[in-house]
Amino acid sequence: MAQNLSAAKAYEYTSVNQLMWRRFHKHRLARIGGAVLIVLYALALLSDYLAPYDANTRLKGFRDVPPSRIRVRDTNGTWQRPFIYGIERGRHPETFREIYTEVTDEIVPIEFFVRGDPYKFMGLVDSDRHLFGVSGENRYIFLFGTDSISRDLFSRTLKGARISLFIGFAGVLISFLLGCLIGGLSGYFGGVVDEVIQRFIDLVISIPTLPLWITLSAAIPTDWSVEATFLAITVVLSLFGWPGLARVVRGKLLSLRDLDFVTAAKIGGSSDLNTILTHLLPNFASYLIVSVTLAIPGMILGETALSFIGIGMQDPGVSWGVLLQETRNFAALAHHTWKLIPLLFIIVTVLMFNFLGDGLRDAADPYSL
Amino acid sequence: MIHVLARRIMILIPMLFALSVIIFAVIELPPGDYLTTYIAAMESRGLQADEAEISRIQRLYALDRPMYVRYVRWISGFLRGDLGRAMATEYAGKRVTDILAERVPLTMGIALVSTILVWAIAVPIGIHSATHQYSAADYFFTFVGFFGLAVPNFLFAIVLMWVVYDFTGFGITGLFSLKYHDAPWSLAKLADLLKNVWVPLLVLATAGTAGMIRIVRGNMLDELHQPYVETARAKGLSERRLLWKYPIRITFNPVVSTIGWMLPAMVGGEVLVAIVLNLETVGPILLEAVLSQDMQLAGSILMILSVLTVIGTLISDLGLVWLDPRIRYDA
Repeated sequence: MAQNLSAAKAYEYTSVNQLMWRRFHKHRLARIGGAVLIVLYALALLSDYLAPYDANTRLKGFRDVPPSRIRVRDTNGTWQRPFIYGIERGRHPETFREIYTEVTDEIVPIEFFVRGDPYKFMGLVDSDRHLFGVSGENRYIFLFGTDSISRDLFSRTLKGARISLFIGFAGVLISFLLGCLIGGLSGYFGGVVDEVIQRFIDLVISIPTLPLWITLSAAIPTDWSVEATFLAITVVLSLFGWPGLARVVRGKLLSLRDLDFVTAAKIGGSSDLNTILTHLLPNFASYLIVSVTLAIPGMILGETALSFIGIGMQDPGVSWGVLLQETRNFAALAHHTWKLIPLLFIIVTVLMFNFLGDGLRDAADPYSL
Repeated sequence: MIHVLARRIMILIPMLFALSVIIFAVIELPPGDYLTTYIAAMESRGLQADEAEISRIQRLYALDRPMYVRYVRWISGFLRGDLGRAMATEYAGKRVTDILAERVPLTMGIALVSTILVWAIAVPIGIHSATHQYSAADYFFTFVGFFGLAVPNFLFAIVLMWVVYDFTGFGITGLFSLKYHDAPWSLAKLADLLKNVWVPLLVLATAGTAGMIRIVRGNMLDELHQPYVETARAKGLSERRLLWKYPIRITFNPVVSTIGWMLPAMVGGEVLVAIVLNLETVGPILLEAVLSQDMQLAGSILMILSVLTVIGTLISDLGLVWLDPRIRYDA
């Protein structure tokens, strides 16, 4: 009895934040999603160091090479440190397609902290150390194989993660600001302002998104630098992301603005902006976080789609959509299955964002059953 | 009710006008115009575009006139049902109405059938998932739903093409085999269509189903714990009647409210799938037209899509009032 009482007391004394955290913690998929995303973003940030080669280095003579098989036992059955076999190019006797065979008497050990292509670590420190690699004349390691112009797909996938993962963030940030601003004005002032903004939102929503994304990205000059293209595509993607957020913000503000504590704040001399930011916003910040989390995967998929059809990121820019351009010929895909690996990364990323968003949604309303 | 309808229709007119301006501006936005594309295309083939041809094109599409003149030309033609002639290379000179007449029925057909498929599959599954929450089936379909949302449908199309090719050696491209491509409609052509059309249908339906399962399940879960359900149960209504009479009806809300933009969304989502699968639908020509700044073709397609969305939204709003007695328009 006494124990029950103290448990009930403990619940009463638990802050909203603690309740939210508990709710979130109970959602196992969301925790997994969060953890996997942290790993993915870390991979993207550290890609220069983790990848054995620069994403745009062409390794002459290694076109469409299948992934290297890492082994720990050689043909004699003796255990070794992890190694790969050297490969030799030949031709298929009937189709004359290039094929690569392992040379089993040439053992290429995998080495760590090797010197390779120079890069700027985190954009700050010059370095040429890579986590792993192989040495030897014309010997390379291809964890994910190579593409049709002899570039290492593993290095490219990690590098591509930067654009693919961060375009979601950047795009959502812009949408978020627009959505909060426009939805905030609409909900807080109501009346004519509200009516005009609502009609405007209706208008934006009636524009078919994908065709317009295509139209706008087609307008991006192809000779822009990678950074400029990235920025332009982010803006294009975010341009249609805000109406949803604006509606959430407006709905919440409308339901809150006539409550007593708001009136009290106003009587106390709080300015409009101050009222919105310090008194109203904290009441629905959790909903905003959920909406934002669930909006990111849409942007990642949007970038993939645009780059895939050739009007998004362009070579030498690297994103997952750019990498998947190589899969467009499905007959060649039969021989180059590894080129679908970036697709796995996309699927995992989007799945994890959805899991995380689901958990956050549960946590956002800790008093619901 | 009639009052509301009238007001809504009144709002439609300025909205469509604004849309047409936005669409026109967006297509005209990139530097250069169709002529630049044309000259570049000629030069890439090693040809010199001759002056007479250039000025002919310029006059034909009023490219030498200021922007507002071209807008007025375009929109007044659109209103009269005269969509002009396409400029984009492959279709140059063909009437836009003819191009659309050829492709719109197929597009609409595919969109409609896949939409019906989505509902037929997703609604029962969503309801089952909600009434049997946390059962094995629920977990399974939830996972399938999440997975379906995570796979971009055009890439699913490619994987499907590859798998089919790998197993059967049958290369799916387009809706028709070469033999029937330009043939007039016949039973044999229809059979040929059926042999190919299942791939885009499968791809589009999977994408839509994943999302729809989540929506139906979520709504159903919200409704199942409402007091009115308890009341009905307390009064001794059988579970089956109870479900059908109340919560399921409410669950159809989001389904109905999405009807409006279902068609545009399908055409939009279909663009990529159609490009990948080489379908003879509106999607691929839209991309091509946009890339070569063909105002007549791209503008008309976008405008038609927008009109469909706006009208569709109106219809689904009216549908909601009919379906859900709690929604009222008093204004």
